[in-house]
Amino acid sequence: MQEELIKQEQEETISAVCTALGEGAIGIIRVSGEKALAVGEQIFKAASGKKLAAYVPNTLVYGHVLDTDGSIVDEVMAVYMKAPHSYTAEDVVEIQCHGGVRSLQKILTLSYVAGARPAEPGEFTKRAFLNGRIDLVQAEAVMDIIKSRSDAALKVAMRQQEGQLSKQVHGLRRELLDVIVNLEAVIDYPEDDIEEITFGNVLTEVNKTVGGVKKLLENAHTGKILREGLKVAIIGKPNVGKSSFLNFLLKEDRAIVSEFAGTTRDVIEEQFLLGGVPLVLADTAGIRDTEDYVERIGVEKSRRILSEAELAIVVLDGSQPLADEDREILELVKGRRYVIIINKSDLGSADVKADLPEAFKTAPVIELSAKTGEGFEAFTEWLQKFVYGDDRHLGDGIYVQNARHERLLQNALASMNDALAAAEAHLPYDCIMIDLRNAAEYLGEITGDAVRDEIINEIFSKFCIGK
Amino acid sequence: MYITDSYDVIVVGAGHAGVEAALAAARLGGKTLLATLSMDNIALMPCNPSVGGPAKGHLVREIDALGGEMGLAADKACIQMRLLNTGKGYAVQALRAQEDKPFYHTIMKQTVENQDRLDVKQLMIDKLLVSNWEVVGVEAETGEVFEAKCVILATGTYLRARIVYGQVNYESGPNGLRSANKLSLSLLENGLELMRFKTGTPARIDARSLDYDKMEIQNGDAALRNFSFISEVTERSQVPCWLTYTNEKTHQIIRDNLHLSGMFNGMIEGVGPRYCPSIESKIVRFANKERHQLFIEPEGLRTNEMYVQGMSSSLPADVQLKFMQTIPGLEHCRMMRAGYAIDYDCLDPLQLKASLEHKGISGLFSAGQSNGTSGYEEAAAQGLMAGINAMRKINGQPPFILGRNDAYIGVLIDDLVTKGTNEPYRMMTSRAEYRLLLRQDNADLRLTEKGRQVGLVDDERYEKFTAKRTLLERTIHQLGTTNVPPNAETEQKLQNMGTAPVRPGMTLLDLLRRGEVTYGNMAAEFDLPELPEVVAEQTEIFAKYEGYINKQKQEVERALKLENKLIPQNIDYHAIKELSSEAAEKLDKIRPVSIGQASRISGVSPADINVLMIVLEVKRRKEQDHD
Repeated sequence: MQEELIKQEQEETISAVCTALGEGAIGIIRVSGEKALAVGEQIFKAASGKKLAAYVPNTLVYGHVLDTDGSIVDEVMAVYMKAPHSYTAEDVVEIQCHGGVRSLQKILTLSYVAGARPAEPGEFTKRAFLNGRIDLVQAEAVMDIIKSRSDAALKVAMRQQEGQLSKQVHGLRRELLDVIVNLEAVIDYPEDDIEEITFGNVLTEVNKTVGGVKKLLENAHTGKILREGLKVAIIGKPNVGKSSFLNFLLKEDRAIVSEFAGTTRDVIEEQFLLGGVPLVLADTAGIRDTEDYVERIGVEKSRRILSEAELAIVVLDGSQPLADEDREILELVKGRRYVIIINKSDLGSADVKADLPEAFKTAPVIELSAKTGEGFEAFTEWLQKFVYGDDRHLGDGIYVQNARHERLLQNALASMNDALAAAEAHLPYDCIMIDLRNAAEYLGEITGDAVRDEIINEIFSKFCIGK
Repeated sequence: MYITDSYDVIVVGAGHAGVEAALAAARLGGKTLLATLSMDNIALMPCNPSVGGPAKGHLVREIDALGGEMGLAADKACIQMRLLNTGKGYAVQALRAQEDKPFYHTIMKQTVENQDRLDVKQLMIDKLLVSNWEVVGVEAETGEVFEAKCVILATGTYLRARIVYGQVNYESGPNGLRSANKLSLSLLENGLELMRFKTGTPARIDARSLDYDKMEIQNGDAALRNFSFISEVTERSQVPCWLTYTNEKTHQIIRDNLHLSGMFNGMIEGVGPRYCPSIESKIVRFANKERHQLFIEPEGLRTNEMYVQGMSSSLPADVQLKFMQTIPGLEHCRMMRAGYAIDYDCLDPLQLKASLEHKGISGLFSAGQSNGTSGYEEAAAQGLMAGINAMRKINGQPPFILGRNDAYIGVLIDDLVTKGTNEPYRMMTSRAEYRLLLRQDNADLRLTEKGRQVGLVDDERYEKFTAKRTLLERTIHQLGTTNVPPNAETEQKLQNMGTAPVRPGMTLLDLLRRGEVTYGNMAAEFDLPELPEVVAEQTEIFAKYEGYINKQKQEVERALKLENKLIPQNIDYHAIKELSSEAAEKLDKIRPVSIGQASRISGVSPADINVLMIVLEVKRRKEQDHD
């Protein structure tokens, strides 16, 4: 396992934001390694329609970063630097974008999807040094970074060891290892009295593990929310109390908010925790007077900001009958994930809830008073359920928070699917085993277990073998 | 004490490691001495009467492709051959032969006796002679001194060997041979680190006393197969083995007498192999297993001794007989030799380089069970490599090292010298990460060229090999460039073959990738030349496995980048403060030659490897500045 880890660490293409996160300035995402150009080509489309490789290296090329569905993420400049003429002396693609945190994160995520992995702290510099680029004086500093990183990683690992995720992955890996060990025992001891494993068994057993990994990956969405925040849009016609609603939300634990490391003050102001759920206000980046800004959002603006929100919070005035503009806004959230807040419940009278259009009869509706705070508890509970699911109490859930872990789970899943396809096609054990062992290696990288030696130990402890 | 003679290479021990080592050294031009405790027991098989099996059969083929002897001898002395794992994929298929043990010994004895430049002598070696950390020779119990540039230890299970039958134990090697009691001390005096390992063997019973109707017959394959790529064996009479099972009565007798077993009464101190447990261990560890299978195997054509595979035991002889007589077919069996356990000294292989030379004593090599392995095949493989490397050292050539991606031999030796072992090490296919590349069917394609460069592959073998390789390459090229036109005529042919229609642009090679298509049925329909079976098989494997093989080749390429990052041997690990202390200690002991090897050492983390890589780069630049 460690050998595999080391191989990957040295060979893989890495990417990271290499400018300070912030508003206004240009943000640069650097992709370095053998696959840098391939990653660049996949996420960047030049306005000229030409490939990045078609340009002379070191040329700044204007174009766009496209999402997996082909939609435009940002307007950017990209540059390809051919090895060894780059900072790391490897193939490097740098993408300069507008520097908004969301844009940077999105592009970074796309680079992972395209095959890069997150760079570790100091890793660009380490590669630069190993490839002969930077001078001797910096070597020490790089080693310090590596050392502190491994100490930190150790702490994280220890924390995870106790953690639910580790336990869960460990369990899934065990199931997979059982299949592998059984197959290996049959292979290495063909004449011993071992129950022969059938292709049917392999399919059933591996499918179980696939199910488990998939479930973890579904929860990875929750993990992502925990990591990056849930993007919410607070919409409603002017003067329904959006600003006082937001103001109340912001009164929640501000101190914790500052834990969103690596973000600037501007951004911090739009990220906050509510009942353990980190929230991010959509389309408020760079807006200093957030409350005022939110208040002024009308129908047109709502339409636009909804597109990037994961949750729409529709605020209605509970003291006024439903207006046409309210209905228009409600129309906008149809087919999206939303919650309806009936504000000013303290002023009550107009029965807005009963008045909601037919399509919203079963919609989540929470009545509260932004002034008195009444009803906020209900909202917080609803939000927790929305993020963490009904069947789970907050804190008991298992979330894949770490992007690296998510990637390893994805890799494990892909390997298992290959193995399943091979087993279905009745390919021989030796082929199936390659994918199964890879899957176990990937899971083992999360829990820190080595596969090869373990299989052999297991064979001997499970089966009575020998002359 | 007087100097009798001087040699290039002296091999101590004439078991499976020793004979390969001595033959390789002599064939590479070295004046060689092979010292054996008994001229009547050269290449003795003291345990099971078989050669090969998964991973072990692979080793035999590799030894053969490199120009070793085991495959040829095993083919000649074979009295039953089977290809195992036929349904589980080419990578794990393996030949396993039942051998006529006395005949195997005779063949090897004749081979070493007739080898030019090789002296075979019956000698008990008592001392290793070392001067200034360089080996200079050995001293025998007769007082004779034999000088040598290199000494290869192939002492098997004979160092301070002790045999245990139940409550009885005494100093002895296997089969009543002498144990070597003084050499261990001499090794310790020279600073070598020894371990104590244990193994065992089951009873032998009289073939005339068995009831064959009560056992299942186990026949060999009808098809004739050989280990060696140049074997001249074309016919073979196959002798069957017999399968039977233990039962509750057997287990009860064993349980009742457990306190008498050397394994359980504390008499045996060595660490035994898990893959070869005694019957008493099996019954204790797998208590709810109702029966254990036993194979009754002939020890040869001219003996009545039958080997009881699965029955290894260190219980007293009368108990062994008693429980064997509860087994169907063995009710009236007569025991000719009782099973026993044996413990012995061996070297901690972490002291060795990948060339199998000792790190501290120049010119001292070690191979086989004395390196903590088990098995005839594992021993022979190391013997061959030690013999080659001793001669390369004498000739001033760089050592011949096989990578983990080259051969099982590479995996075996790398595991030994990088990870060490805490039980007798047995080769298994699951130890090889590039199993799909290291197949027994392509051992010649992987290694003959290397063996030729080393100098052990003679013209005859080489010509036979190149002819096969050329034919294979031509066939693959032709199939890959012959398009199959999607017309009515082709339709008919494909129908005859029972396969689906082709897409435009498909070649014959693409067609061969299909599971149901073989070269044979394709050749019949498309007028292709008839090929020798082995070439047709290689072509099919190439076509059908290409995707997976390429996957593994990519992994190899990645791994090689780390294997090629070499670490200078004079590096002071304890001076690198950024390394964890465990890593520094392990690295200092094992002294890996490359970053790749370092990364396989347990206790060396990825962060340690990063530190190491930076240290190496700093060192390189400093040296560059000096130049």
